[in-house]
Amino acid sequence: MKSSIITLDNIHVSFHGEVVLKNLNLNIEEGEFVTLLGPSGCGKTTTLRIIAGFLSPDKGSIFFKGKKINKVPAHKREVNTIFQKYALFPHLNVYENVAFGLRLQKKSEQEIEEKVNEMLRMVNLGGFVDRDVNSLSGGQQQRVAIARALANNPKVLLLDEPLGALDLKLRKDMQSELKSIHQKTKITFILVTHDQEEALSMSDTVVVMDKGTVQQIGSPKDIYNEPQNAFVADFIGESNILPAVMIEDYKVRFSGKEFKCLDKGFEKMSAVDAVIRPEDVKVVSPNAGDISGTVTSVTFKGVHNEIIVDVEGFKWMVQTTESQETGDEIGLVIRPNDIHIMKTSSYSAEVGDYSAFSDEFYEEHQHSLKS
Amino acid sequence: MKIISKIYIYLIFIFLYLPIFVFMIFSFNNSKSRVLWHGFTFKWYLKLFENQEILSAFYNTLIIGGVSACIATVLGLVASIGIVKSKKLTKKVIMNLTNIPLINPEIVTGVSLMLMFVFLYKNLGIFKPGLITLICAHTTFCLPYAILSIMPKLRQTDSNIYEAAQDLGCNQMQAFFKVVLPQIMPGIITGFIMSFTMSIDDFVISYFTGGTTQTLPITVYSMTRKMVSPEINALSSMLFFTVFILLLIVNFRKEKGKPLGVHKM
Amino acid sequence: MKIRWSLMPYSIWMLIFVLVPMSLVFIFSFTSSSSGFTFENIVEAGKYSSVFLRSIVLGAVSTLICLVLGYPAAYSISKLSVKRQNVFIMLLMIPMWTSFLLRTYAWMTLLEYNGLINKFISFLGFSKFNMINTPGAVVLGMVYNFLPYMILPIYTVLTKIDKKVIEAAEDLGAGKAKVFTKVIFPLSIPGIISGFTMVFVPSVSTFIISKMLGGGSILVIGDLIEMQFLGNTYNPYLGSCISLILMIIIMICTGIMNCLGSENVKDENLVM
Repeated sequence: MKSSIITLDNIHVSFHGEVVLKNLNLNIEEGEFVTLLGPSGCGKTTTLRIIAGFLSPDKGSIFFKGKKINKVPAHKREVNTIFQKYALFPHLNVYENVAFGLRLQKKSEQEIEEKVNEMLRMVNLGGFVDRDVNSLSGGQQQRVAIARALANNPKVLLLDEPLGALDLKLRKDMQSELKSIHQKTKITFILVTHDQEEALSMSDTVVVMDKGTVQQIGSPKDIYNEPQNAFVADFIGESNILPAVMIEDYKVRFSGKEFKCLDKGFEKMSAVDAVIRPEDVKVVSPNAGDISGTVTSVTFKGVHNEIIVDVEGFKWMVQTTESQETGDEIGLVIRPNDIHIMKTSSYSAEVGDYSAFSDEFYEEHQHSLKS
Repeated sequence: MKIISKIYIYLIFIFLYLPIFVFMIFSFNNSKSRVLWHGFTFKWYLKLFENQEILSAFYNTLIIGGVSACIATVLGLVASIGIVKSKKLTKKVIMNLTNIPLINPEIVTGVSLMLMFVFLYKNLGIFKPGLITLICAHTTFCLPYAILSIMPKLRQTDSNIYEAAQDLGCNQMQAFFKVVLPQIMPGIITGFIMSFTMSIDDFVISYFTGGTTQTLPITVYSMTRKMVSPEINALSSMLFFTVFILLLIVNFRKEKGKPLGVHKM
Repeated sequence: MKIRWSLMPYSIWMLIFVLVPMSLVFIFSFTSSSSGFTFENIVEAGKYSSVFLRSIVLGAVSTLICLVLGYPAAYSISKLSVKRQNVFIMLLMIPMWTSFLLRTYAWMTLLEYNGLINKFISFLGFSKFNMINTPGAVVLGMVYNFLPYMILPIYTVLTKIDKKVIEAAEDLGAGKAKVFTKVIFPLSIPGIISGFTMVFVPSVSTFIISKMLGGGSILVIGDLIEMQFLGNTYNPYLGSCISLILMIIIMICTGIMNCLGSENVKDENLVM
């Protein structure tokens, strides 16, 4: 039976009058791998710092195994952190970095040596004991940081964008390594990232955050397949989000046509958002489609082409393996189980259409999210 | 073009070192003459250690330099911590305050302190011009140098490192002494050495705030009014080499200090 | 404004040993031993206007000479390999850290009528001439003592100029001379300004150099102040007033310099 290890209750934080977290509620269960996912400024790092004890909330309580720990200082919490830029102590070598917490606990020299070696072996840095931490590569520094945090036997490991500074290849390796460490140690992991792929591939539970509030909590599959609002749908993967009307259960209208769908329980004739993932749209000849439009751009993406299709003014993004050219008239087929209906939210109008879309803009946007 | 610029640099440096060579050479002159060479001798170096006036001034200089450099370094360290953590406005006010002794002409700093010390001594009987006032004055003009050496190091230090230490079980004091202090040590040492050298070389401010207490530069000055004994040449040559070595250490520290910042991305 | 406890010792120290003494200078400037508030010190100081003028001229001339000598030196050093740059900069700093009294005294030895330079000149068969106790000797002393303060900031700014900016200028068709006049020199103006301040302030306020190399015949502001505080004519009120005027002169001169500089330097971030 799983029991909750960290509970955040109605947390409220603001800096200089700017609200960073508002009424945040979060329950994390023992042994879980939880990811806090969101764009920069969404409050995910602040949440982590509250759990670590570097920041105390203006309002609300933090519980550790049911005990309120608001007043417990960072150094007395059974929680350890992997910092964004590792924060290794540059004046100490690898061994002393890992031994740092153990020495504070006044462990015997023999105990320390055993534990340090065990930890370094676990992160595959067996032979690096005497190395100067400044001479290590980013990936190796990362491993030392992991070993240093785990040497303290924390109940919860907090990871603040730990892989952000690594290049793509190394990041993938470290992802699987972190996962295997999680499985080995069975410690609760709380990871903060803005990389949706990382969040989906690593975690048991994903917490999508924006503007200081939780947008959705769920398993990676739920988050991807059943986004609760337009923000989540847009942030996780690519989506066409269309303003739609729910005619009745299992029947929705968008793009001037009625479609069958699998959703029910919405008020009749209420305004909703319909989400269709670009990979779910089938391209056919103009007459054979449910709807039809003109191709306005084609981008080669390797495994598929990404095309933008103008359907009565709404720009759809469609991924297809067939080759199309700008100006082609095509038809689009949307099957009932590819349509996902969400309630409208404040995000509805802001996202979903690809009319302003260009790769360059997109990359810049992503970049600004990351930095 | 390259040769001209090289010759030019050498000429400038000859100009800068000419008087230094002069007093160094004449410290070995077997005569009191400042212009005629009478043969080589070490006697001025030996006589130096018998000259009570010079020795006691030298002793005062070391005491004042040591004590004020210590106070300036400690105060500067604590202040730097405060400044780094402060908000913009506070930081600006404090840094402007720090700049006053730097941009004020030395003579104005000197007479202003003298005014205050004399005023306090006449009215309250405290701060009799002497060793204490000298230490206070020297600490004051050394403080900005201490802060300017320590603060950048403190700013370079990744604040995550301080948090990481707490995360691993340090309380705030432990985190500072175990993790932050070792990293800003090069800055602290540089600040101390700078303060010390500024102090032992100061003449103008000591001249106004020292009363009858003699420091080495003051003794040298009073000698230049009469006749400079060659022992002073000997002493200065020795001081020159001391400073030379101190500077070598500072520079060596600086270069050693560099890799500390390199790991940051 | 919230003050942290860690700022307290320092703030208190600076309050007592910087702000209070400076306020005293200000208050003393407008009082005298007999009466309360008065302007008589200013009137009295006005009688020394020729001394003020002389100080400013001597200070300005030495600053100018420092700039003319120092700029090419800084430029030449900045063109050397990094290793040699460090050596030369270190060599430049060492004299700054040795007793300037002694170095100035050594110049006395060199410049005296029977001094080393005249010895050398007569050895070459020329007749000796009087060098010490002239304004020229005082200027020489100032230039000698403060030249490193001009070279260092200019050098620092020159080494910080992005090489790509120079390459861009060359790429756009600027020759060597044009690159210097249109790119390097304008970008080095902040260095010139701080060099100006660092040379002008001590030159205009010195009293040692004028005493030692001017032989007491060339009176400057520093001498006046010293006389009021430690001389026979003990008058701290007049001395404070002269100090205040000295500060104002410096403020005006550096202010003018900064204005001239900022006109030329529109984009300082290029240098950073």
